[in-house]
Amino acid sequence: MEIIMAIAAGILTMCAVYLILSKSILRIIIGTGLLSHAAHLIVITMGGLKTGAAPVLEEGVTKYTDPLPQALVLTAIVISFGVTAFFLVLAYRAYQELGTDNIEEMKGTDTND
Amino acid sequence: MINLPLLPILIPLLTGVLLMFFTKQLWMQRIVSFLSTLLTIGVSLYLVFQVKAQGILTVTLGSWPAPFGITLVSDMLSALLVLTTSLLVFFVIWYSMTYLSEQHQRFYYYIAVQFLLVGVNGAFTTGDIFNMFVFFEVFLISSYVLIVLGGKPAQLRESLKYLLVNVISSALFVMTVAFLYGIIGTLNMADISQKIAEINQPGILSVIAILFLVVFGLKGAIFPLYFWLPGSYQVPPTPVLALFGALLTKVGVYGILRTYSLFFSNEVGIIHSLLGGLALATIIIGVIGALATKDAKQILIYNIIVAVGVILYGVSVMTRQSLEGAVFYLLHDMLIKAALFLLVGIMIGIAGSSRLKSMGGMIKDYPLLGWTYFIAALSLAGIPPFSGFIGKLLIVRGGIEAGDLVGPFIVLASSLLVLYSVMQIFIRGFWGTPKTYTGSRRHLVKQLIAPTILLVTITVAYGVGAEAVRPFITQAVDPLVDPSIYIQAVLKGG
Repeated sequence: MEIIMAIAAGILTMCAVYLILSKSILRIIIGTGLLSHAAHLIVITMGGLKTGAAPVLEEGVTKYTDPLPQALVLTAIVISFGVTAFFLVLAYRAYQELGTDNIEEMKGTDTND
Repeated sequence: MINLPLLPILIPLLTGVLLMFFTKQLWMQRIVSFLSTLLTIGVSLYLVFQVKAQGILTVTLGSWPAPFGITLVSDMLSALLVLTTSLLVFFVIWYSMTYLSEQHQRFYYYIAVQFLLVGVNGAFTTGDIFNMFVFFEVFLISSYVLIVLGGKPAQLRESLKYLLVNVISSALFVMTVAFLYGIIGTLNMADISQKIAEINQPGILSVIAILFLVVFGLKGAIFPLYFWLPGSYQVPPTPVLALFGALLTKVGVYGILRTYSLFFSNEVGIIHSLLGGLALATIIIGVIGALATKDAKQILIYNIIVAVGVILYGVSVMTRQSLEGAVFYLLHDMLIKAALFLLVGIMIGIAGSSRLKSMGGMIKDYPLLGWTYFIAALSLAGIPPFSGFIGKLLIVRGGIEAGDLVGPFIVLASSLLVLYSVMQIFIRGFWGTPKTYTGSRRHLVKQLIAPTILLVTITVAYGVGAEAVRPFITQAVDPLVDPSIYIQAVLKGG
């Protein structure tokens, strides 16, 4: 099971790298989304995918899955959500001001502020 | 007081929250953030002396025993860094009050600065690797706000790139922590250190060490990963740039220093020589950039890269002397970089542009500014009575002691070229015939000069009073040389 997850995370990372290296800002942001998905999958996978009950205390259950990676991934998800929201608004604002969403055209002539 | 290591994080956090209720009253924002930062300095000074007296202080949050809960650890290194950070933020806030336009300050500027202070102080104090990631995000998100605040086209353009690089490095940080957790099964840094020493499995750990180098190297701008820094740091206003240049890259350096001394100290071999090689390449790249540009801001920005290289070279040698030099130089460089950025900010305010060709002859009208800059420039290069000297001396001696001759030579040669690059600002800006100044902030020079002179005075005192500072540095290096001190201090309560 871990091997399948590792391959899935690898494919996600591959797609993320491909998208981040493209020219359009929106594709880049989609790429960062995929990259954080890959990171979160890796966190869950590296905690071990052994079968066990959901980490909620119950009578008669002796084996639980590791709760720590789930807490880590929850934290990482909200952080990457906040950053992605900021990134999207920044891209929107940059599109309004600079008139392009092509990262190659974002070169400055005004080197001083 | 048992919760003392928490206070430098809590005070700015509460201040930031408090300031959100008074976003319209600018005078209130200024007074509250000024006073609370002063309080943070007081607390961190007290913390330094407490750590000096009692050794490493730890706080286990929620009273969970050490490897299970989050532990905050104030050893001397982190206490000194917290003190320096608070000092710098104080001076930058003082400077911004007159330097930035009211419009700029009104839009949550002080709140973002307070949260930046929370993140940096937290990252220096934490004893948990995932918690360190969270504090990294706290100050990174504040820095995204600060870099784009103002919304000029150049700022929007460069902050897109800055944001992208940091999002990628954060994702890498999460993956690296996941790999480490998969192998070691714990997140507490002292516990990780202990278990790494027990399992003794060098292959995969070297991979993780290099991943950490990539992650922290992206934050701290080391050789192949520095590419984002010159463009991004060009665009924010000078006080923000002073904060970034002095603090943000140094947190990356601290990350490397901590992980390489605590986690990967057993296998001094390939990863430490890799770090050393990259550090020397960083110095060379930084020096080339600083010599090539004719822009006052850019010269100092490339000098940040040089300093990161010098400190990391000291770390890579891993002898007691070189580590002492690295810590000495780290503190010196945070202070002097902030001072230089603030000074150059005044020059830009006078001349209206950061290009050297639009400046000239300023010594006639602004002698105090000129000579303060001169002292700061000598101090950066490491001329003996000033603060840059001892750090570099110890790094060079440590390098020679370890049998390396190329490294110390590059460090020494870089000093010369750094001196040349910052003296170019002095010669082209202050000597020659006066030009017509077009800057809008000329009338503010009298108010702006006070915080910078005070900051330069502190760095001079740091250099002249090295004898008094030395015991603190020695204590800071102890846990770096011998991780068992750190481990025992953290895990004793467990």
